[in-house]
Amino acid sequence: MNEVSLDREFALSLLTDMLRIRRMEEKSAELYGAGKIRGFLHLYIGEEACAVGVLHAMAEEDNIVATYREHGHALVRGISMKAIMAEMFGKKEGCSGGRGGSMHLFDAKSRFYGGNAIVGGGLPLAMGLGLADKLQNISRVTICFFGEGAMAEGVFHETMNLAALWRLPVLFCCENNLYAMGTALSRSESQTDLCAKAAAFNVPTLSVDGMDVTAVYETAKLAAEQVRSGHGPYFLEVRTYRFRAHSMFDPDLYRDKTEIEDWKKRGPIHSFSQRLKAQGMLNEEGFLALDARVGEEVSAAVDYAEAGSWEPVEDLLQDVVSPEANP
Amino acid sequence: MKISYREAMREAMREALATDPRVFLMGEDVGRYGGSYAVSKGFLEEFGPERIRDTPLSELAFVGAGIGAALGGMRPIVEVMTVNFSLLALDQIVNSAAALRHMSGGQFSVPLVIRMTTGAGRQLAAQHSHSLENWYAHVPGIRVLAPATIADARGMLAPALADPDPVIIFEHAQLYNMEDELRNDWQCDIGTARVRREGSQVSLITYGGSLPKTMQAATELAEAGISAEVVDLRVLRPLDSETIIASVQKTRRAVVVDEGWRSGSLAAEISARIMEQAFYELDAPVERVCSEEVPIPYAKHLEEAALPQVFKIVSAAKAVMGKS
Repeated sequence: MNEVSLDREFALSLLTDMLRIRRMEEKSAELYGAGKIRGFLHLYIGEEACAVGVLHAMAEEDNIVATYREHGHALVRGISMKAIMAEMFGKKEGCSGGRGGSMHLFDAKSRFYGGNAIVGGGLPLAMGLGLADKLQNISRVTICFFGEGAMAEGVFHETMNLAALWRLPVLFCCENNLYAMGTALSRSESQTDLCAKAAAFNVPTLSVDGMDVTAVYETAKLAAEQVRSGHGPYFLEVRTYRFRAHSMFDPDLYRDKTEIEDWKKRGPIHSFSQRLKAQGMLNEEGFLALDARVGEEVSAAVDYAEAGSWEPVEDLLQDVVSPEANP
Repeated sequence: MKISYREAMREAMREALATDPRVFLMGEDVGRYGGSYAVSKGFLEEFGPERIRDTPLSELAFVGAGIGAALGGMRPIVEVMTVNFSLLALDQIVNSAAALRHMSGGQFSVPLVIRMTTGAGRQLAAQHSHSLENWYAHVPGIRVLAPATIADARGMLAPALADPDPVIIFEHAQLYNMEDELRNDWQCDIGTARVRREGSQVSLITYGGSLPKTMQAATELAEAGISAEVVDLRVLRPLDSETIIASVQKTRRAVVVDEGWRSGSLAAEISARIMEQAFYELDAPVERVCSEEVPIPYAKHLEEAALPQVFKIVSAAKAVMGKS
């Protein structure tokens, strides 16, 4: 799909979003080191083309269910970098009011049903969102992101079976980065062909190179159209790789450094900007200007988070249940 | 007119399905089979397969689907056949349903009702006899109900469906065939405990399947000259401390009857609250009648020995009265 001619504006929007994720997360890692961000921080660096390609292919009214490595999805979906950064700082101005942190970004307005920190936990929830839409005759796709690690969970099998049985409008998007924390796919799955697993439930599948953002976009668009037209769920495998460790606590001892370096050579931002340059859509100057604009957004987000407020401790018990709940 | 607990629950669901298009029922064998305890008998014919949905044996997935459907604007009633099987769905209930509202900063609430049977007494042995209401009552973010009367079986579902947050309804399997008059005032709240029998000398505090046994014990105690008050908790989370404490302040003695295992039980929680809030008004230490700490055995005599029984309640009440 590399040869497909691209609209310049669209191409630059893909590049910009990948760069926004990259720079935001690089800054997050730095702020983690400085103690501004705590808890778990799972970086998406290297995987940016997945969220960017897939989410650019979705409609505004679609539902998103993501994982604990969801900063990128949240950002591309339209949650402001300021609100994401403030959430990671634990500030009241964060997109979850500081209650969720890095792994639990939520936004009702953009139908972003969260970061879910239980591997596979979002799968049945996404199916239920699809069921609600089907029962209400709403033409909408629910996109559910999960990693290949989730496919070892029983809930993956239960969900695929039921979603296929009931022909629910869910696009299941597996971001296969080859490692479930530190355990390689081949060390945890008897069947490493992930599409074959999904196909066992009579779900149609596609697999795509997750380092190629336009390929991801085109494939996701195709799959989403199938789902939207009432053909039931679809399984999309996006083959990707995380350049950083699993979390900030991970010494990353389970992978060969050469393997990481090999994947980095195919880095989604690097390869896409090279391609745009080759096609005359971008020059080095343009790239640097773009990067500078993104850097300004990151700085503004950090300033916003720094200036944010702490939720008063008196509000601790708010929103455990609804205020209007029957006493 | 007398109706059974099962019929009361069925009538409550029928009303909900008939009046609110957002309500639907899903679970194992709720449709064509008619419900494993026959609560939803006839619903498939009446409401159709879109709203009465038979699920595969996938508790984790269909409970999770209930959460998603609730988020998506529906008002699902998810039937988990029994509390024993609900353990397969614990992750979705505790990590998603209960937590979503708070961890999203109040943006998402989950108006989901989960119904399940609970309890022992039918020689179903260790894996079909659990009383784990306290596991759920432990978790902030969910409301836990235990209807123990015909009126509550009829009345609790509507406010549960109106609640913007997840509600779990425990139906004790031994209650389904219980019959009683359904009076016109069955509409009820889902926030308070009720005094089911007034008394002055000892408070018997209980819920769910233990209520009929406790009422019987109160009758026997009256014959022995002891005036027992019976408090039906009805709502296991949030607990109505006010009603419990008011009763204990009046009687100055308490026995808590709970089919859960003693260690870490709801009875332990209630006992602690009485100690915290009415310690100086007690004339005797609080007694507990709970299940013995053993997987519920099959043999009838052993099962009976493991569970709270009328004579055990009577004997505990006499003990706090200083009589034997």
